[in-house]
Amino acid sequence: MGDIPSRSIVIASGKGGTGKTTVAVSLALTAPGPIRFLDCDVEEPNAHLFLKPKIDRSTLVTVPVPVIDAGRCRSCGHCASICRFSGIVMLAGKPQVFPELCKGCGGCSWACPEGAIREADRAVGVVEEGLAGRIEFVAGKINVAETSSPRVIRAVRRSPSGRPWTLIDAPPGTACPMMAAVHGADLVLLVTEPTPFGLNDLKLAVSSLSHLGLQFGVVINRFEGEDCRIHDYCEKGNIRIFAEIPEDRKVAEVYSRGDNIVDTLPVVRDIFIALWGEIQEAMNRSDGLRMDGRSCSS
Amino acid sequence: MKVVVTSTGESLDSEIDPRFGRAAFFVLIDTETGEHRAVSNEVGREAGHGAGIQSAETVSGLGANMVLTGECGPKAEEALKRAGIPVRTKIQGCVADAVNALKTEISVGR
Repeated sequence: MGDIPSRSIVIASGKGGTGKTTVAVSLALTAPGPIRFLDCDVEEPNAHLFLKPKIDRSTLVTVPVPVIDAGRCRSCGHCASICRFSGIVMLAGKPQVFPELCKGCGGCSWACPEGAIREADRAVGVVEEGLAGRIEFVAGKINVAETSSPRVIRAVRRSPSGRPWTLIDAPPGTACPMMAAVHGADLVLLVTEPTPFGLNDLKLAVSSLSHLGLQFGVVINRFEGEDCRIHDYCEKGNIRIFAEIPEDRKVAEVYSRGDNIVDTLPVVRDIFIALWGEIQEAMNRSDGLRMDGRSCSS
Repeated sequence: MKVVVTSTGESLDSEIDPRFGRAAFFVLIDTETGEHRAVSNEVGREAGHGAGIQSAETVSGLGANMVLTGECGPKAEEALKRAGIPVRTKIQGCVADAVNALKTEISVGR
């Protein structure tokens, strides 16, 4: 989405549970200026637990679904044959609508030669907005059992920003929801951990972002200073490592209480202030995301 | 009556496929004449979403009056209901056994 006026940083990861929200929230609380925070992990948004915003606006996200006028329909089946998602199928010779499978493309109403199909809005989720201290906070929530995550994510990202920085907490994985969250970003930080799963899913995420032509770097979470697999991979791929967050039981304790780690752990706060420095420096450099020679022992 | 049995293979000796939406084959049997044919369910098996609904569409297109299968999901159940096709679940064994049991039931009922 190229229409985002402020500079956008997306916090993403191929693997779930690596610390995306922790990193995104910590960056929000250590930002050098006013920011807007978008929780785009719409299937399980949880940044609000840590930022504790006061929500004052709520907007429904809807999908236009077909409604068939039985009086006009001649059961030709064109609507069902154009639908790739089984939103309309022919059963016992008549078109039947299954709204939960409809992606809202409008193909059926276009294909109907009788003009028998109109569209009605069906709610699939909600966008909530409010303030968390100085932070403009926006979160998307998809309704249970809905599958149109990208639609809700795009609605969150369309909310206009008056802040110079936008931080986006992305959903995990490398499928459509993640694509919708990273689209058009100025920088993507991939949070990973030094484990076989962490490395495998980092590779998938790097591959996806390379296809999209986006600028990205890596944040290593739960680093213990011994396992160098992420460093080795980044060095070979010339991928910049923006930060290392050490494995620390205290981080887990603070997190599990719903507190934020930067206000309670000064050492961690320093890491995120340094990370902001790296981000600003990288974004001001044309070759910003080349490897800076950070070695595993650091 | 035309019955569709979800099947792992194309013959009457094949084991029943326990899944409706992602069944390998639909075996269509005419209980009066004994005629039967198998239809591959590629559409349902390869569907990302909506396998049950697409399978119901296939079965409806075959002109079936009843479905015998192992398990049927809620969307498939709704689609078969709208198609006016009753479905029986938890059926096990081979296709022929399931059809014969149904035939016996029909003849006893007469």
